[in-house]
Formats: sequence, C-alpha cells, structure tokens
Amino acid sequence: MSELPPFSLRIGRRVVQLPLVVWLVAIWQLMWDRISIANLLSGLAVALALVLVFPFPPLDPGLRLHPLGLVRFFARFAADLLRSAGPLTWQAFGSADRDVVSSVVGVTLRTRSDLILTAMAIALSAVPGTLVVDVRRGTSTLFLHVLGADHDAAVAKARQDVLKLETRVVRAFGTREDLRAISEETP
Amino acid sequence: MTALCLLLGATASLGAGLGLLRLPDLLTRMHAATKPQAVGLLLVLIAVGIHFPSASVITTLVLVMALQLVTVPIAAHMVGRAAYRTGQVARDRLYQDDLNAALEPQED
Repeated sequence: MSELPPFSLRIGRRVVQLPLVVWLVAIWQLMWDRISIANLLSGLAVALALVLVFPFPPLDPGLRLHPLGLVRFFARFAADLLRSAGPLTWQAFGSADRDVVSSVVGVTLRTRSDLILTAMAIALSAVPGTLVVDVRRGTSTLFLHVLGADHDAAVAKARQDVLKLETRVVRAFGTREDLRAISEETP
Repeated sequence: MTALCLLLGATASLGAGLGLLRLPDLLTRMHAATKPQAVGLLLVLIAVGIHFPSASVITTLVLVMALQLVTVPIAAHMVGRAAYRTGQVARDRLYQDDLNAALEPQED
C-alpha cells in the first residue's frame, strides 16, 4: 500500500484528498451565490462524487504564498493582459502583415515543480505575442510560439522574458527550494 | 465607466474574431483566439460588476473570470500540440523551431 498524501483519507480503494474537496465545495458555494446548510451539504455530496468517480493524481504540496511577490506578480499579470489585446486587435483590424514570421522557442525553466510550470503556462497566456504550444514536464521545458520573432535577438529576448517571468512567479508562489534554484542560476 | 469597459471589451472581442479570419496560419490565429478574447470577456465582466455591484453578482463574475483565465491556456495548448504533431503548422513561417528538434529523436 502506498503512502497517503497529507490531508487525505481512504474510501474503499480510492484516496480522497480533503483540500480538493474543500476547494470544490467552495466553488459550489460561489455558483449558488450564497452559503447555506443545504448548499454546503449538496456541495459536499457533489465534490465527493467527483473525486470518487474521477480520481485525481496527488496534489503537489509545493505552494507557498509570498504577499509582496504576489502583489508584484498580479500587477504585472493584469498589465500584460491589457497590453496583449492592443497590438493584436490592431493587427486584425487593418495592418495585418500576412507574411509575419514567428519562432517556436524552447525555454527550460530553472525550477522543477509542476506547480510553477502550471502557473507559468497560465501567466504566459497573458503575455503579448507568446503562446504555449507544448510542454515537457520531465525537464520543465516550455515550447512557446513567439509572434514576429524573425531574428536571433528577438528569440533571445523572448527567452529572457520567460526567465524573468519565472523569477516573478517563484517569488510569488515558490518554495524555499524553488527560490534557491532561481538565485543560483541568476548572475 | 461601464460604457467604456463594455465598448473596449466588445472591440477586443471583435478584434479576436477578425484576427481569426485575417491572420495567416493556425498558430498566429490562436494568438487572436486566446488573448483579445480573454481581455474582451474580462472588460465586459468588469462592466457588469460596476453596473450591478452586489456580492452575489461579483462572486459569480470572479468565478467566471478565474475559470476563463485558467482554462484558455489549457485549451490553446491542446490545440497547439495537436496541430503541431499532425503537421498543420506552416513550418516556413517559423524562423527558429526548437520543438521540431526536440521531437525528432523520438520519431525513430
């Protein structure tokens, strides 16, 4: 019998992770707009049914929240998001360069954490001109489609931007180990 | 403020639609399908939140927004991955292609 992840219990042959159940119940409350005993009970029933029918791989416990880093990360995320719409909309409306040449750039992250990788993929979706095409989990490599990167300098800049974003993500969510990985390889 | 957000959001969504039509290949079109679309929805949601500032509306809006931001990259990633591996990506529009090199050793 394998080791149980923290905060979980066994029902039959299935492992139920309590944090996941709590999270699902919370979302259920949001969907019904108010907290009541009926909502809590029905949410609990739905959440349990979900985690029993669709077993989930063990959650990665490597999440820490750093308030200052979080503020910085979300401020930048919102700014990126708003900025990313502009140029594309402009391109779509008129000056669409039909021969735009792009690059697929592989960037290997300095941290080896599923959580950081996921956060990176979501944060990158807000960055103007980049799109995650593929992910290699074993080496924490992200493959990005970079719009309009048609020379070496642009590719290098995209790569550097991703690593800077990783620094911000780790300073917001990273464990001590992740932070060490970042500071070791940053000159 | 409400009107401004609605207008900007609608413009961004229109841009997403036009981008889908006008951009040259699948990957560039996906840029248009993911980014202005998310921003457009976000701005419209903000407008709704300003116009109906009650707790029950805002919690729902936050939920919609969070799910949107979390699921769009996953959907985009799945489409990109499938397209790349089935050869739907116009390789002559790529200046540098690290993924091709990374996939090659697995093919034999």
